[in-house]
Amino acid sequence: MADVMAYCDPQSAAPGETIRFMVSCVGAAEYRAEIVRLRSPQGPPDAPPFREEVVETVANGSYPGRRQEIQIGSWARVPASPLFNGLDSFTLQAMVWPTTPGRGRQALLGTWSAPVAGGVGLGLGPDGDLEVRLGDGAGGIATLASGQPLQSRRWYLVAASFDAGTGRLALLQRPLADKTFHAHRTVVTDMETGVRPAAGDGPFLFAAWRDDGPFGIGGFYNGKIDRPRLAGRALTPAEIEALAGDAIPAALADAVVAAWDFSRDIGGETIRDLSANRLDGETVNMPARAMTGCNWDGSEHDWTRAPGQYGAIHFHDDDLDDARWEADFSLTVPEDWPSGCYAARLRADGAEFHVPFFVRAPRGRATADVAYLAATATYTVYTNNLARFTGDHVELYQGRLTVMDETDMLLPRHPELGLSTYDRHSDGSGVCYSTRLRPATNVRPTGRLWNYCADLFIVDWLDRSGVGYDVITDEDLHRDGQELLDRYRVVVTGSHPEYDSKAMLDALDGWLRGGGRLMYLGGNGFYWRIAYHPRKPGLIEVRRSEGGLRAWIAEVGEYHHSFTGEYGGLWRRQNRAPNALCGVGFISQGFDASSHYRRTAASHDPRVAFMFAGIEDEILGDFGALQGGASGLELDCYDEKLGSPPHALIVAASEAHSNTYMLVPEEVAIPHGASDGVQNAGIRADMVFFETPGGGAVFSTGSIAYAGSLGHDDFDNNIARLTSNVLKRFVDATPFELPGAAS
Amino acid sequence: MTVRQLPPGIDATRLDLAREFRARPFGAHSGDLQHLLNVMRGLPIANKHVLVMTEPHRQWTLAEMTGQPPLPRLLSNQVFHSLEEAEWHVFKLRWRELTGAPLEID
Ligand SMILES: [Fe+2]
Repeated sequence: MADVMAYCDPQSAAPGETIRFMVSCVGAAEYRAEIVRLRSPQGPPDAPPFREEVVETVANGSYPGRRQEIQIGSWARVPASPLFNGLDSFTLQAMVWPTTPGRGRQALLGTWSAPVAGGVGLGLGPDGDLEVRLGDGAGGIATLASGQPLQSRRWYLVAASFDAGTGRLALLQRPLADKTFHAHRTVVTDMETGVRPAAGDGPFLFAAWRDDGPFGIGGFYNGKIDRPRLAGRALTPAEIEALAGDAIPAALADAVVAAWDFSRDIGGETIRDLSANRLDGETVNMPARAMTGCNWDGSEHDWTRAPGQYGAIHFHDDDLDDARWEADFSLTVPEDWPSGCYAARLRADGAEFHVPFFVRAPRGRATADVAYLAATATYTVYTNNLARFTGDHVELYQGRLTVMDETDMLLPRHPELGLSTYDRHSDGSGVCYSTRLRPATNVRPTGRLWNYCADLFIVDWLDRSGVGYDVITDEDLHRDGQELLDRYRVVVTGSHPEYDSKAMLDALDGWLRGGGRLMYLGGNGFYWRIAYHPRKPGLIEVRRSEGGLRAWIAEVGEYHHSFTGEYGGLWRRQNRAPNALCGVGFISQGFDASSHYRRTAASHDPRVAFMFAGIEDEILGDFGALQGGASGLELDCYDEKLGSPPHALIVAASEAHSNTYMLVPEEVAIPHGASDGVQNAGIRADMVFFETPGGGAVFSTGSIAYAGSLGHDDFDNNIARLTSNVLKRFVDATPFELPGAAS
Repeated sequence: MTVRQLPPGIDATRLDLAREFRARPFGAHSGDLQHLLNVMRGLPIANKHVLVMTEPHRQWTLAEMTGQPPLPRLLSNQVFHSLEEAEWHVFKLRWRELTGAPLEID
């Protein structure tokens, strides 16, 4: 079978705008592309049918298949300079914090070119000790190793110096003092060689060397590098120590060729040279910045307040910020295409791959009263979640066997597709950046019913409601702000709008205050703070800092986004718990079985009579395509302490959850054992309604599984009726009155 | 994390737990059944049983994870038409592995 993978850019486009599709097709001479409108997901037999309609367009057709490659792994480069290749004597030095010493040779810094064995390179040897190589490009190579492996996750001063006059090549490897009692020692060693470095006439690289292959790069390093230096002569150990300080000592100014300071321009891709030569460079594939440096003392956690302690860049051999593929075809959205969820469906030799995109309303206007907010931020941070299949604990917390399909299996077969922010890098550190500019194996209308796929249950219901809707995306909301929402009376979310930038939350908050009506039809929404990269579209940062249900835990001191300086983590820890916005906030998750809601006495309040019109049942949603109930997967509940409005009505609450549903860690100050859904009545979804001061209102279901119940029994059920009742009233312009507002 | 091995009192004689699981593989379980399932589900990823969905939401084939990164290798003689059926099959395989005795149940 062929491997077909693709992505598009932009992901959201108005009529008249052009979307480019980047495709790699291996194992088939050509592939067939069709643009489809998606109105429902491919669900289980008891769910509504899969509605995927081919849309006639000139983009549909057969295209030649070709392989497009991805260079995964991050590095930094300084353009070639005569100051590099003219060096005969030199010193290379840096502070390093390796994370995978012993996992093969890894580059730290230099001009080393593997194909010609030329230039100079300081790095880690095959066994994890310090190693310097110099080559003349004509077969002469000198290698000197410390013989003492570096320990993982410890800081070292490392240096190599060479005197071309004497041929003396020396190494220094000194562990920095810290508060551990690890055995360690400084290694100083030297040798004499007749080899003189030459042929290092390319760029100066960090964390990689020049190599064969399509991208000419290799030798990726895992770990941090801080304050790397290059000097034009062999420095003494005392001079090396002096040059490892924050600034260039005056006495060494003449010797220094470059002294890079990674604490400058932390939010960008530039690396700055402090020397008079200004040998600035750039990072590639977004290694992690705003990382604690060798001098971080724990006194400051905000890099914007102490940038000098954040001079480290953490490189990973599996970083990726953009697949950088060439476009294979494009689509200019015709003026008459309605806003909606679309995809390019690619097929070749039995393989199928969907590339979802969104057609928004013409710029500057709305074509409906209702906007469906596609959770593209959430889709991006989840993109290519490998640990979902390979983690040791997945089956434990899922409470069911792991299921994969053919498309899921592309991911382990193609590690170059990169990871999600739910994964750890190969060195165990958390993935804090994720881009949509690469094929996504888990954003599609097929396969696991999660996020994009499950959200199509809501699209299906909305589509059949007869009330028109436009689609807007998280990224649109981030860029356009409240002005975008102000064109709509109602916003309907997907099943799991988990990630928000400050601009997104501010827009939602401002719009609600102006009378907007929010239907939050999901669970674990508005939970994590993200930062969009200010210049690179579709690139998102997440710092999994203190608190929260976390796929990894940020290193101490690394809680602030590099893109913006904002403190990352839960919105709840920043005085903006989701409860304030939508009345409920995350309380528990479990994945083995969903349950139902039971109506409360408050559901008979005249304020919500519109909601329960035609509904006599006490039990709501004891059915559904997402594990058999409307309350499940991830649950939110009302909590006044966190900002749930006191006048909110809890119209229904779920019950009878299973053992895999556990309290989220931020709700467990002292672990007590009675934390699962069987024992703990606090584990429930609250269905909440409240009015806002501007005549608007909020309806929240607090459950991801809710989406899967809408279509049950051909949309003839109490969940669909209740939700449609809410939609109908929310579309009605009549203002909601805030109870007690007059008093 | 390492999940503990079977605790005292949970062994091949506890057919009541097997019956409980067969009757309700998903949903609330007794404490002892949950403990047994935690041991079963906490097995390391290498050679762990998983399912490959071979027809969308209609057919699943038993597989085991092999290699690095782990990939499912199909055990194609075992095809299931419901997830409950698949859970029960794997439960029996793991029962034998953990207790040393085949699960023989009416
Ligand atoms: Fe999530």
